[in-house]
Amino acid sequence: MGTITKQMPRELTRQQHLDLYYYMRLNRAVEETMVKLFRQNKIVGGLYSSLGQEAISVGTCYALEKKDWIAPMIRNIGALLVKGVPPRDIFMQHMAKYDSPTKGRDGTSHFGDLDNLHIVSPISMLGDLIPVMTGVAIGGRYLGQKIVTMTWIGDGGSSTGVFHEGLNFAATQKAPFVLVLENNLWAYSTPVRRQVPLENLADRAKAYGIDSYIIDGNNVMAVYNTAREAVERARAGQGPILIEAKTFRRLGHAQHDPAEYVPKEMRARWEARDPIALYEKFLTGERLLDAAGKKEIDDKLDTLLAAEREFAENSPMPPPEFAEGGVYCTGDECHQIRAKWERAIAEVTPPRSSVKAVWTVPGFGSGKGSGGADAPIHFGDTSVVDKPANNGRPRKAGAKMTVKGAPKKAKPAAASTSRKGRR
Amino acid sequence: MAGANGAPTNGSAAGGKEITFLEAIRQAMFEEMERDPTVLLMGEDVGVYGGAFKTSEGLLERFGWERVIDTPISESAIIGAACGMSYLGLRPICEMQFIDFIVCAFNQITNFVAKGHYLWNAPAPMVIRGPSGGGVHGGPFHSANPEMYFVHTPGLKVIYPSTPYDAKGLLKAAVRDNNPVLFFEHKFLYRRIKGDVPTEDYTIPIGRAVVRREGKHLTILSYAAMMHTSLEAADALAKEGIETEVIDLRTLLPLDEETIVNSVKKTNKCLVVHEDTKTGGIAGEIAALLCEKAFRDLDGPVLRMTSLDTPVPYAPTLEACFLPNAKKVFTVAKALARY
Repeated sequence: MGTITKQMPRELTRQQHLDLYYYMRLNRAVEETMVKLFRQNKIVGGLYSSLGQEAISVGTCYALEKKDWIAPMIRNIGALLVKGVPPRDIFMQHMAKYDSPTKGRDGTSHFGDLDNLHIVSPISMLGDLIPVMTGVAIGGRYLGQKIVTMTWIGDGGSSTGVFHEGLNFAATQKAPFVLVLENNLWAYSTPVRRQVPLENLADRAKAYGIDSYIIDGNNVMAVYNTAREAVERARAGQGPILIEAKTFRRLGHAQHDPAEYVPKEMRARWEARDPIALYEKFLTGERLLDAAGKKEIDDKLDTLLAAEREFAENSPMPPPEFAEGGVYCTGDECHQIRAKWERAIAEVTPPRSSVKAVWTVPGFGSGKGSGGADAPIHFGDTSVVDKPANNGRPRKAGAKMTVKGAPKKAKPAAASTSRKGRR
Repeated sequence: MAGANGAPTNGSAAGGKEITFLEAIRQAMFEEMERDPTVLLMGEDVGVYGGAFKTSEGLLERFGWERVIDTPISESAIIGAACGMSYLGLRPICEMQFIDFIVCAFNQITNFVAKGHYLWNAPAPMVIRGPSGGGVHGGPFHSANPEMYFVHTPGLKVIYPSTPYDAKGLLKAAVRDNNPVLFFEHKFLYRRIKGDVPTEDYTIPIGRAVVRREGKHLTILSYAAMMHTSLEAADALAKEGIETEVIDLRTLLPLDEETIVNSVKKTNKCLVVHEDTKTGGIAGEIAALLCEKAFRDLDGPVLRMTSLDTPVPYAPTLEACFLPNAKKVFTVAKALARY
């Protein structure tokens, strides 16, 4: 267990660079379009922004495979777009249109797709997705699907009870689950230091004996490389991983909130570190993007979003009577529920299922509760003095993320980084 | 937490004729897991220990560690994870060690699990079950009847059976249902009530009440442990010449309105008996239903015999005062019959 500081350096292909850039641009353009719709009173409820946080949604979700599952939070429009959700669906959700994925029954990013895109819909109560995505991860492993699940949480949401219940359960089950903690420094109007007495929220992971990363959330390459490594490790059965992405919420909690509680200097400092501008500078410097290439993307986005917006605006409101019904699944004609087995069913049915534990609990001897392994007994009264936490190397006091002008390669802060302590 | 109720059963596996209520639960889970590899069991101490009441005894040995999962004490994580599993087409059964603890997962159940189908077309086939009810001196946190919190939640189904036959058939139906189903098991009945159960596979449809005793002078509607109390009272009433129709609701959501209304149209009087506390109990809902659908058929007020509007007290003397009993039911029913 520990906070990992070094990621494997990984070369991105030109196409990957351009994809990351395109999706961040798309994320921002979709949200800019929605601000216009909001100002025209075409958005029914609230509008939440991920301005300045696009690198996190895009970079993490881009690290997943098609078969993997996500559950977005309110500021993860970018993840939905990477997963393949068309912008029109996002527009229509906000506009409560009948052609939206929830047909007007819910708004914002509150929609999902079980069959094709593998997206679980969030609810407004924070943290609930953590146990749910743990369950998807365990279920996928049970069915032999080799999937990884991912969800996001904010600095604010990391104080909910379900965050801790879920992460602890994921850890005990070694679930193939990646949790991305977007520390944008503000939970509505409450600064992170008034919520959590920790410099690094990645430290939450220590309590569950799982690994964590700390990254610069405004550096999309760092985000992608880290997420990629985390996903690979989760898929390989190494258990859940927490990634803390340091960033800043540039707008208010939602459109109605001018966020006057945020110091001007703080905003200015982070505005100078805009993830898209920084990446554009990098791509230009590396000759991966030139003026013509950029123009091409500008035009593509303009055309796409004009069409998507038009479609959304032309969609009708749901008929009033659609409020009724649909509360229950009425059977096969409603949903044919079938598990997708990718392992031999014989492995989980008697007599084979009755043989042995899939993994064991070390330290509990060969008793029944240990899973039947022949392990030494941990008597529970010895290790405190013998083994200081963190392998005896306390993390440097004051070690922290330095966020200055230029984007750095994900250079997480903490000094102690042992992977040895893992179970 | 197991207390005196945690003693193991000696019952062998399936095949018996007369079995306990508890064995009916165990057989239902065992047979469903045998029949369908998508059925899993999760909960606190359900595996190695076989459950605090031994309702899952032998399941770990038979189905293994991937299908019988001992969890941390995290009710929200249990329910949340089960919901996630259900999205993959699995059919998890979650055990709440005592149903009192279900409220620790209230948000997961009422906001996440229950609303998914309506909001985003996501069915969540899962069962949440556990021992409920009082009369065993479990005190205020091991005796609750929290069913009505959930009856008020569209998207859930709520079952509360009273016999081994119903318990087994309804639990199997719950596992096969495509919706989240809450299944309450009255722990007073676990080892006290025995009944014949067929050896072959069967289910009982969710949402159907059953007439336990026919009568013409008044209708008593009840469920779970109070069903037996009501039948006892009906025996005493018969000796006074009052023929009571006793109906076992079995499912509280959806409620079998047809059976209820038809009976009251016949007897013209109705008493609802439940162990849940009075205010906000199902009796009030039934009274409103009868006002809407059978007002002109009523020859008297719809009455309620329920527990007191207090937490469940611990001392046997206090709990006896808190709970309805056959004598109390008899007295109220007799007065109603003569109304």
